[in-house]
Amino acid sequence: MLHQIFVDPFVQMAEMPDFLLQVVWEGFVAGVLYALIALGFVLIFKASGVFNFAQGIMVVFAGLTLVGLHEAGVPAYLALLLAVGVMAVLAIAVERFVMRPLVNQPDIILLMSTIGMTYFLIGLGEFVFGGEPKKMITQELGLPTGSTEIEIGERGLVILQHIDIAAAVIAIIMVAALALFFNKTRIGRALRAVADDHQAAQSVGISLNQIWAIVWFAAGIVALATGIMWGARSDVSFALEIVALKALPVLILGGFTSIPGAIVGGLIIGIGEKIGEIYWGPLVGGGIESWLAYMIALIFLLFRPQGLFGERIIERV
Amino acid sequence: MNRHVDPRATLPDADGIAKGEVLLDVRNVSLRFGGVKAISDISFDIRKGEIRAIIGPNGAGKTSMLNVINGFYTPQEGSIVFRGKERQKIAPYEAAASGIARTFQNVALFKGMSTLDNIMAGRTLAMNRNFFWQLLYYGPALREEIANRRKVEEIIDFLEIQHIRKTPVGRLPYGLQKRVELGRALAAEPSLLLLDEPMAGMNLEEKEDMSRFILDVNAQFGTTIALIEHDMGVVMDISDRVVVLDYGRKIGDGTPDEVKSSQDVIDAYLGVSH
Repeated sequence: MLHQIFVDPFVQMAEMPDFLLQVVWEGFVAGVLYALIALGFVLIFKASGVFNFAQGIMVVFAGLTLVGLHEAGVPAYLALLLAVGVMAVLAIAVERFVMRPLVNQPDIILLMSTIGMTYFLIGLGEFVFGGEPKKMITQELGLPTGSTEIEIGERGLVILQHIDIAAAVIAIIMVAALALFFNKTRIGRALRAVADDHQAAQSVGISLNQIWAIVWFAAGIVALATGIMWGARSDVSFALEIVALKALPVLILGGFTSIPGAIVGGLIIGIGEKIGEIYWGPLVGGGIESWLAYMIALIFLLFRPQGLFGERIIERV
Repeated sequence: MNRHVDPRATLPDADGIAKGEVLLDVRNVSLRFGGVKAISDISFDIRKGEIRAIIGPNGAGKTSMLNVINGFYTPQEGSIVFRGKERQKIAPYEAAASGIARTFQNVALFKGMSTLDNIMAGRTLAMNRNFFWQLLYYGPALREEIANRRKVEEIIDFLEIQHIRKTPVGRLPYGLQKRVELGRALAAEPSLLLLDEPMAGMNLEEKEDMSRFILDVNAQFGTTIALIEHDMGVVMDISDRVVVLDYGRKIGDGTPDEVKSSQDVIDAYLGVSH
């Protein structure tokens, strides 16, 4: 038994390095998408201390809006622009009707309100676009659809889907842009200021309402990008919402306030669960991919509750 | 003294209010929290160019008064006239936009950010390139960033905190944090600066430094200052006029000497035998 756990999987890995590479690549791509979802959570958590349960459904909703508009006859790029507009309207509405009335309420109430939003968006999405899974308009948006085969050694072969490469590149650009925005601009500084101290931020002339609308909008854009990428790999359907909960273990790993943390956490979870599923899964009859991430997070919580990059909170007593 | 700041260049004197005239007028203001009266029917004024101290025992309503002035609290009764205009209900960021900056009793800095970023945050109002320019971070937004950075460097020089420019403020000792907070308030180039216990918890040397900065700000930039302070020696030394509160009421108002000799004030501080 011990042999099966501690030796066999590694022997398999060594025997077929090309297969291992393929597994790591698949995990990497899944990880990038987890990281994007987690990024949406981090943005909102940083600026308002709200854990936005609705981030997952925002991904679905953004994807549905895009595809739905295209189905209604709107050209792809215009539909993309309109979807951005819809996310902006959503952000303003959330700020006006959820955040503003509930400001200074306990965190748990804000969390509950985002759960409420989740169901509202599910209802709205089904009402407007129907509950059927939809195909992402990958080609119409000019995203690559082919694949490249890379030979490794004499008989090894790794297949890279172009859409996956595009997803990774877009994610990297987005993260870099956000990091620059947060660190170098007035609004980025205002976002961090609001995250640190509401009162002081207001006293230097920062409007909380404006900042909240901006972060929700930024989270909406991240959701749209995630929706497109994920939709291109599977379909755009409400099932995505469950997958989005994978962002939780990612955040526990990476820390709720850290953008690099969301990225690294996403990659660890993505790659870890793929490798776990392929090499150790068969020992327990497979299907461990769905819970392994939570397991890793649980173990992490025991030893490093603030996450890999989270701010360590030291209270003076 | 080597000061790099030209007062005329830093202070927008667009008030249209001459030195010595009333800049802010508090008229019969009352503030309640549920059944508790924090401030009862208080009136006083702050004149342009002066240093006005607000003193009183703990719980007298001093901080509440500042919070009313900068818009954190809305009084149930009374009115506030600032720069000749009567103010309606106002949000704190609107108060800031109208030229009121402040510091807090328990330093309220952005702890994760550097000294430089904290003071840059103070210039939020001076920067108005919109969201989309900021996204581009190019052209106008970049030029604006550089121009404001220059102003911030002047303030850093003025407060003699060059050496901690890049330090996250959470790591600074308390006295320096207070100084950075003053810098952040100054960065807005306010016409009225509210200081809530700027010297609380400082040692003698730090207090002397802070007093000097306050006097310099007042003298060089002509900034009007209202401050709450418990150290009577400091208050009597640096302020032009003093208003005394006790249990939410005004019990004294005048020059330091007048206030010192007022029987009501002495009673409030020393207690009265009944």
